[in-house]
Amino acid sequence: MELYELTVHELLEKLDNNEITLEDVTKSYIDRINDKEKDVQAFVSISDKEALEKVKTIKERNTKFAGIPIGIKDNICIKNTKTTCSSKMLENFVAPYNATVIEKLNEENMVYLGKLNMDEFAMGASTEYSAFKKTRNPWNLNTVPGGSSGGSAAAVAANMVPWALGSDTGGSIRQPASLCGVVGLKPTYGLVSRYGLVAFASSLDQIGPITKDVRDSAMLLNLITGHDEKDSTSANIDKKDYTKSLKEDVKGLKIGVPKEYFGEGINEEVKKSVKEAIKKYEEMGAIVEECTLDIADESLAVYYIIACAEASSNLGRFDGIRYGYRTKNFTSLKDIYKNSRSEGFGAEVKRRIILGTYVLSSGYYDAYYKKAQKVRTIIRKEFEKLFEKYDVLLTPTSPTVAYEIGTKSNNPLEMYLADLCTVTLNIAGLPGVSVPCRSRQSWYANWYAINRKTF
Amino acid sequence: MKNYIINALVKLWKRGSRLMIISKDEILHIANLADLNIKDDEIDEYAKNLQDILNFVNILNKVDTENVEESIGVVNNTNVFRKDEIKVFEDKDALLQNAPDQESNMFKIPKVI
Repeated sequence: MELYELTVHELLEKLDNNEITLEDVTKSYIDRINDKEKDVQAFVSISDKEALEKVKTIKERNTKFAGIPIGIKDNICIKNTKTTCSSKMLENFVAPYNATVIEKLNEENMVYLGKLNMDEFAMGASTEYSAFKKTRNPWNLNTVPGGSSGGSAAAVAANMVPWALGSDTGGSIRQPASLCGVVGLKPTYGLVSRYGLVAFASSLDQIGPITKDVRDSAMLLNLITGHDEKDSTSANIDKKDYTKSLKEDVKGLKIGVPKEYFGEGINEEVKKSVKEAIKKYEEMGAIVEECTLDIADESLAVYYIIACAEASSNLGRFDGIRYGYRTKNFTSLKDIYKNSRSEGFGAEVKRRIILGTYVLSSGYYDAYYKKAQKVRTIIRKEFEKLFEKYDVLLTPTSPTVAYEIGTKSNNPLEMYLADLCTVTLNIAGLPGVSVPCRSRQSWYANWYAINRKTF
Repeated sequence: MKNYIINALVKLWKRGSRLMIISKDEILHIANLADLNIKDDEIDEYAKNLQDILNFVNILNKVDTENVEESIGVVNNTNVFRKDEIKVFEDKDALLQNAPDQESNMFKIPKVI
């Protein structure tokens, strides 16, 4: 077995036993990147030389994760490194500071293998909307890896990084993890600081881990949580050790299965796999019950109103003045704003800015934005009621399996349906994890999300 | 398009109550508010995309929200305060290296008045 095939906890075991060195580990991943990246196209930028240099300076493992490599989604700032959001707008943007999650990884002295591809400004579900390249699903190179953290999920699945950070606004960690056959976790809103994450929809965005198994997921989550005064939505609570929640058995666990996620619009094969997984849980002693979450479709509508409204406001900062792309074609200040934005943003980003501007504009604000915020309250209450009865909820993560590149990117509404099963959690601020329910070696895999109570 | 997706779309569309029509003027007005140019040959497509998604989100009209409060976010309504102190970002060069145009440590723009 090659080193790059191991999980991080397996690597740590071998390092502890002095069977391998940190340099062996980083070299193994660099070799793997050199071998696989030309097919998978997961990276926006690769920092192999810097990674190797850094790992050579680490003589002693003073921290648990010293010298362990990681990949970072390209909307998270690493100081003096390009952070592009896979957009022409930020093609040459060099981050002047570290995101809080990066500061935390730096405290551990971890090593960055590169920045990972994504849909432009995290808007998309297939990574096809990246301005630079289309990432491919490592299990079948003709299909999409999902998105928007498609580069992160594909890099982990192709063993080019042992684990990665992504961000999730409406499913952008869980859905690509599902399509690539890895574990993707979206933490409770407020658990992880978003300082240094390029904002998409601020009341929904969260950073989270994409890993090969749940133990790695819990370990990486442990590293990035904690209160941060630089993010006023960051929760001021004590840090927990999430590896302690990894229990062997599920005896007596009350699992609710919302029937709305097993109706039309969900691929038969997906339904079948998730139902098999549910049966397995029953055999292991969990108490499974069908339940109702009849705001499933409305959630998608609420999501697109709120996410686009917030995006239209957040992306107002890209004006060609202080950073980012500036048009060459201008005489007035207004020209700079309009032409820089029109030339710098891709079509999907513009579509969402236009929708967001529309729902916030005079005359439509009450009918769309205010209405969506009210339905958001109803959705939150629905979940509160369900969690009085159940410990977790279980649904498919994605309504489809990985599909062929190019088959959906021209139909925005069809692309939006990809988020059907995942957005509800973001609206309610709840955590969710997508884990494989079939062999990782299948061409494409179907997964389910477990929606837990907060934190 | 696969059948189950068409079915889902039709189902969702039927539930939306009114059919939205977005005019050329309207899309240009919204684009102007957002500081975006839309080329003549793009107008129809942007209008259609907006129309489609608005028809879809109209399913919310069926939800009774009488006496329901709005959720601004998911963090309960507590204010976060900090002292009103200036914190200087020391690394000016790191900030200015991203400026498209600059002069004497300032961002340069065309004449405004």
